[in-house]
Amino acid sequence: MDASVLSLRDLTVSFKTPNGTVQAVRGVDIDVAAGEMVGVVGESGSGKSVTFLGILGLLPNSARISGSATVEGVELVGATNKVMRGVRGKKIAMIFQDPLSSLNPVYRVGDQVAEMIRAHQEVSKSEATARAVELLDIVGIPQPKVRSRQYPHEFSGGMRQRVMIAMAIANDPEVLIADEPTTALDVTVQAQILEVIQRIQRDMKKAIVMITHDLGVIARVADRVQVMYAGRVVERAAVNDLFATPTHPYTVGLLNSLPRVGQERLLPIPGRPPNMLQPPAGCAFRARCPHSAPVCAEKLPELQPYAHSMTACVRIKEIDLAETSGVTA
Amino acid sequence: MTDATAPGTSREVDTEVFVDDLEALNVKTMTPLQMAWRRYWRHKAAALSTVIMGILLLVVIFAPFTARYGINEQVLKISEGNNVYLSPRKLAWMGTDDIGRDIFSRLIWGIRTSLFIGVVSAILSVVIGTAAGAVAGLYGGVFDDLMMRVTDIFLAFPFFVAVVVARASLGNISWITNIIGEISSIKFIIFLFAIFGWMGVARLVRGQVLALKEREFIEAARAVGASNKRIIVSHLLPNSIGPILVALTLSVIGAIVAESTLAFFGLGPQPGSDSTSLGKLVELSREGAKQGNWWLVVFPCGALVLLAVCINFIGDGLRDAVDAKLDTVK
Amino acid sequence: MLRFIVRRMLWLPLTIVLVTFIVYCAVRTGWHPEETYKRANPRATRAKVEEYLAVNGLYEGFTGFVKGYFEWLWRFVRGPDHWPRSIKGRALVYPPLRYSIFNTLRLAGIASILGWGIGLTIGTLAARKPGSWFDSIANTTAFFLGAIPPFVSGVALQLIFAVELGWFPVAGVYPPGHQGFDLGLMAKHLILPVTVVTIQVVSAYSRFMRASLLEVRSSDFVRTARAKGLSERAVLLKHGVRNAMIPIVTVLAIDIGGLLGGLIITEAIFNYPGMGVYFLKAITNGDIPQLMPYLVIIIISVLIFNLIADVSYAYLDPRIRLD
Repeated sequence: MDASVLSLRDLTVSFKTPNGTVQAVRGVDIDVAAGEMVGVVGESGSGKSVTFLGILGLLPNSARISGSATVEGVELVGATNKVMRGVRGKKIAMIFQDPLSSLNPVYRVGDQVAEMIRAHQEVSKSEATARAVELLDIVGIPQPKVRSRQYPHEFSGGMRQRVMIAMAIANDPEVLIADEPTTALDVTVQAQILEVIQRIQRDMKKAIVMITHDLGVIARVADRVQVMYAGRVVERAAVNDLFATPTHPYTVGLLNSLPRVGQERLLPIPGRPPNMLQPPAGCAFRARCPHSAPVCAEKLPELQPYAHSMTACVRIKEIDLAETSGVTA
Repeated sequence: MTDATAPGTSREVDTEVFVDDLEALNVKTMTPLQMAWRRYWRHKAAALSTVIMGILLLVVIFAPFTARYGINEQVLKISEGNNVYLSPRKLAWMGTDDIGRDIFSRLIWGIRTSLFIGVVSAILSVVIGTAAGAVAGLYGGVFDDLMMRVTDIFLAFPFFVAVVVARASLGNISWITNIIGEISSIKFIIFLFAIFGWMGVARLVRGQVLALKEREFIEAARAVGASNKRIIVSHLLPNSIGPILVALTLSVIGAIVAESTLAFFGLGPQPGSDSTSLGKLVELSREGAKQGNWWLVVFPCGALVLLAVCINFIGDGLRDAVDAKLDTVK
Repeated sequence: MLRFIVRRMLWLPLTIVLVTFIVYCAVRTGWHPEETYKRANPRATRAKVEEYLAVNGLYEGFTGFVKGYFEWLWRFVRGPDHWPRSIKGRALVYPPLRYSIFNTLRLAGIASILGWGIGLTIGTLAARKPGSWFDSIANTTAFFLGAIPPFVSGVALQLIFAVELGWFPVAGVYPPGHQGFDLGLMAKHLILPVTVVTIQVVSAYSRFMRASLLEVRSSDFVRTARAKGLSERAVLLKHGVRNAMIPIVTVLAIDIGGLLGGLIITEAIFNYPGMGVYFLKAITNGDIPQLMPYLVIIIISVLIFNLIADVSYAYLDPRIRLD
């Protein structure tokens, strides 16, 4: 972890809303090293997307961010607009969830990729356009020259996401953040897009953050996993350890709610995530946790080593997760 | 909540957590109507306008008590002294007009009539527009084409030109005036505003219906065999009630301003000797301005602007209220 | 796209004929030709009245209307020299109409260019920082000014700046008896009416632009543009304003037609010799030969601008395919 290109320290994000302050992210530490793919998994509202949109300053003005986030030593929290502009698209590039709404409908696809190039490189318009066609080719778009002259609505969902990826790698960034890149796509197309992202990681040695609610995606592509719940990382583990021996009751719940062959019914996690306007004191998961005890309400649990993983469960040594997990990986 | 399958969980802790959890969730348990209500009152200008309009409505509804003088009553008999063109004073708070009547009292009576014209013609045009838009949007095909052509034709005229020409024309056709009243009657002007005021609502509702038609719950209603009429009444209308309400509010003030504008050019309704309207009073301001009797201009025009600003703000507040997006994290 | 335009262009004459027929019938029922002629020429003999009705094809009854309409239409399309003449002194209708059109175009042109320029700029600046003091002031001011009916603001400006302060002339386009062209004098007469119309346009378009731009700014592709590392200025102009203009250009085109009608009030207050005053004079006199060409021009311009609105919408938004 010493060679991390992107590191977040005690990052918090909150939003001012008419109903009060929403504490979306409450102290998150994450490190990402070059060439590795870190999965960030959690339910919607767990703060996983907000964390990464926040460090790039892409959240609405009502967002307040504190803590530290550095990319290659450059501090992003509180950075000037100029510094931030130099980071966005150049050091950190993003791939968004819905490629249709994330592309501007009124510009040609090639021009939108070229715009990304010209935002950070001193090249002529025609050079940028030529480079855009190459990039479209790299991400596997057939007839890239013709396609670059078309508009986003003329592309299929998978092809649009390839365009987003082409745009993201245009300036050879250090870090790629993929925010639910496959959620809006068909299952078969999902696999293709994941392949493209994996190929980029392999060939270009990028650090990739894969934000998803889909454990299937994590199992397939991630090296390490951060499980987020209610704005906190509750478990951190290598992907194999996470599936073999989960060390947080929430992770167990997530794994149990996955459909598996031979299993008759799914075991959803009971209850709902807490309201982040007034997050409960202590462990945020305790209201839904089958193992909760008075000690859970005492203080915010920190990540602590257990087995091969890090877990934020204070009772981990006392409880037997295997009993409720039913996971045999 | 979890049941007792979990080992090591005491009942006591469970309840405490449960209450805690519920408290944290209480914001989300509001009904959509309650949330709209909250959003409406958060719009400060709309809230203030609502209060002002509320007071004004009370004053106007109870005009027989709130007006100091009768509608045609002179503030004092001519034998007791001059009563014509008196500037504002204790006897007449807003001065008197050319035949010695109290402007303040006449304003109350006038706003009463004008609000009546505004509200009735707005309701009529919204009803016509909603019906036309819903039918066109839901049935599509020939209905839709026909409706769109007709609205195009109606929209081909600037409102003022259309109303002036239609007023003269329809006012000369005796079977029409037999039904809706003489050209100078209040009924006639309401009818006129209704037939030239429905197109906007029709287009709005048609658009809403077309958008809603694509939504799943309409598909579901169709799948279980609901009739078109049922779908319109029980699904489409409740879902587009918000924008319709906004349009209704704005067409109330549209009609009030239109009546005053027509009256300003001497084309307004003549409510008769026992009634008046804001337009009639505004009409007087033209003469008043020339003679330097400022109170004849300031008070009627001021009342009109006050109404316009308040009702517009209320419409704006309603727009906020029906926009659920405003409650999401932004 | 071309097919759409051609098809609409082919429909246009038919729509114009249909609408002008409706208008012809409305005008014929609204103003009885015999009465109005007698009112305009009190000493006209019976023969003169008969001649006026016959020459202008002002027959009675529904078939009379249809026959009269087509006679009128034929004379109308043959050109201004053939148009029916005014009931007053059989004067040509075209020269005064042309004069009024130019006056109105001057007033409307200056006011709309000023209004759109100022309004769209204010709307853009306001949407840049929603909730800022600039936004609040601009939005509230626009709201208040937009709520004031034009005849109220017109009379108010006239009373204050023309009657009381005497800075500007009260009415007209030149002082009575003035001959020839004088730019400075004309500008002085134009300032107040232009202000009244500009206020309306600014308040409408600043709020419209603000709403449209705020809508666009919350969309995902603006986030993408910012994630690219573009400057805020580039994001605002290339991705915000460009997309926000799509609905506005459409409304703009439709509005031009409406503007011609909306100017009537302002023109009347300042007695500005434009189309509005022409129209009011024609309806007061019941001068059908004067009224018809005015209405036809309004209708044609509204229909053509509606077509322009549709085409520009498709041009600006590649997702729309017209056919």
